[in-house]
Amino acid sequence: MEPFRRVAGVAAPLDRPNVDTDQIIPKQFLKRIERTGYGPFLFYDWRFRGDGVTENPDFELNREPWRHPPILLAGRNFGSGSSREHAVWALMDYGVRAVIAPSFGDIFFSNALQNGLLPVRLPEAVLSRWMDAAREEPGLEAVVDLEAGAVDFAGERQPIDLDPEARRRLLEGLDAIALTLRHSADIDAYEARRSSWLPVTGGAGR
Amino acid sequence: MAETLFEKIWRRHAVCEDAGSTVLYVDLHLVHEVTSPQAFEGLRLAGRGVRRPDLTVATMDHNVPTTDRSLPVADPIARQQMDTLLANCRDFGIACYGLGDPRQGIVHIIGPELGLTQPGMTIVCGDSHTSTHGAFGALAFGIGTSEVEHALATQTLVQRRPRTMEVRVDGRLGLGVGPKDVILAIIGRIGVDGAVGHVIEYTGEVIRGLSMEGRMTVCNMSIEAGARAGMIAPDDTTAAYIKGRPAAPSGTAWEQAVADWASLRSDPGASYDRTVVVDGGAIIPHVSWGTNPAQVAPVTGAVPDPEQWDNPSDRQAVQRALEYMGLRPGTRLDQVAIDRVFIGSCTNSRIEDLRAAAEVARGRRVAPTVHAMVVPGSVQVKRQAEAEGLDAVFRDAGFEWREPGCSMCLGMNPDILAEGERCASTSNRNFEGRQGKGGRTHLVSPPMAAAAAIAGHLVDVRSFDAERAGIA
Ligand code: SF4
Repeated sequence: MEPFRRVAGVAAPLDRPNVDTDQIIPKQFLKRIERTGYGPFLFYDWRFRGDGVTENPDFELNREPWRHPPILLAGRNFGSGSSREHAVWALMDYGVRAVIAPSFGDIFFSNALQNGLLPVRLPEAVLSRWMDAAREEPGLEAVVDLEAGAVDFAGERQPIDLDPEARRRLLEGLDAIALTLRHSADIDAYEARRSSWLPVTGGAGR
Repeated sequence: MAETLFEKIWRRHAVCEDAGSTVLYVDLHLVHEVTSPQAFEGLRLAGRGVRRPDLTVATMDHNVPTTDRSLPVADPIARQQMDTLLANCRDFGIACYGLGDPRQGIVHIIGPELGLTQPGMTIVCGDSHTSTHGAFGALAFGIGTSEVEHALATQTLVQRRPRTMEVRVDGRLGLGVGPKDVILAIIGRIGVDGAVGHVIEYTGEVIRGLSMEGRMTVCNMSIEAGARAGMIAPDDTTAAYIKGRPAAPSGTAWEQAVADWASLRSDPGASYDRTVVVDGGAIIPHVSWGTNPAQVAPVTGAVPDPEQWDNPSDRQAVQRALEYMGLRPGTRLDQVAIDRVFIGSCTNSRIEDLRAAAEVARGRRVAPTVHAMVVPGSVQVKRQAEAEGLDAVFRDAGFEWREPGCSMCLGMNPDILAEGERCASTSNRNFEGRQGKGGRTHLVSPPMAAAAAIAGHLVDVRSFDAERAGIA
């Protein structure tokens, strides 16, 4: 996984609640078998008109300087809905490294952490102030500093609330599977005491 | 100490603790073609294997065509994804129920029907509607592809413990009101993020009275309220459903299992982080008017006015939703004309759903302005429906009768809405573009969908059936 330490750059406002992963990456782009190359399809139905080529000038990320922003300011419940990790891959491929929102869909939040995209939860009142600031001065830059544990934007500093273990994994870009495999002996012991009637797959069952 | 059902299952599956998180053992890992290729690729790149192929099972559902199965899959990219799943399952020794297999179907339909889904288990799948399996008193939740890889490699997931929420549905449901209406009413009440970070346990008289099919419909949509999972304590209804299924225990193992399941309920005095109480008797058939599953109203109501919302960003979201849906505030919902009807998806494509829809369709005709289709959830559901003659009821009424898969629930296959088309759908998501770019989805129950197909517009199935019975 790509480590996340500190990212500085333009923060683009996407001021809508409940942006679901169907919007972040529509289903027709989920047929690929790779993890890469989803950036061009990010927010596809919002970015493009029906022809899939002509840009929709009203969409925030089609306006300079908000194209390919490293930091996204988003509404409540960002990334709700489908479990598709493609949503995280698309955001990262498009250039986004941190999303700041009042709350996130649970699966999206954990998918983001698995990939080195930093989800930052801040109170709704802060986001609403920051959205206004970003709209007033569109080039305004934010600094998301995980090492320092804080975000700086519009003359304000807010703490990053993340559990210490997730923070450590992000800072060091650790492989989650390798970390779990250190517990192999515990897993073996667990399996030895599992209930005998639990089902196994394949064929007609047990 | 008094424990909730969730806490019991969590404790039973804790392998060890790791820096504030729990390494949680996974009893059953379900796999499908869309969210797994990158996970298998990751295993290969790291030189890792699948720890327990015997606790893992795969099927194809999201991409599959619902037309004639004897023909090759026309979409080359979809075909590649299905071929990739077959190859991955072969290489790693995982059972795969692909096209042509009598066990193929939507992943959340086949787990229960094969008897793989049982009380007290932990079940995961790279799919948010994994919450469906919670209907059996299992802890079942959706994961992303990185976690699919993690579960394949280690048969565990590293999780922080979610909070608990009880949703109690008291009373008795009225005639013509079903499990889909119950869950739509709940989501309408608590909101699409009302249960974020929580596992819901559904309790109360109404829930206890539901069949397993109905309980699955309710648990299925837990994720639409943002919940990590939804669950219902197992009882006699649960055991009766499981008994005799292919992967169900038998003989003394069955006795042991049933004795164990009896302990799987929240202890008296166990406390939840939150409790919501719903009066089941007051629930009216529901329909969605907006672009998320909390934007719902009783079918007897009207399209709301955005001015009702105080928060400007919410007001704007409602405005945007109505614009997308092409609806004007104040329009009566039972006057909204529709073009398409979709009966299917992991929410409502089990045998009981098809029976309920067929009951409404029997002897009637789909309106000439409507294109209606029925997509059974699995090969087994399709066969049973055909044995009961339901396919003939639907066909005679003018519905298309299709092969099993996710189909127009998300339109990854050719079953999609055209721009501007309006659909009464038994699926679970009415997001913008979900059933096709520019398509407009109204979530309803199976009988409501069948009634809408016949009327040509959304309609209250209760008055509709009263008419036929000559009561109205
Ligand atoms: S039927 Fe719909 S919701 Fe269910 S698994 Fe398939 S695509 Fe997902």
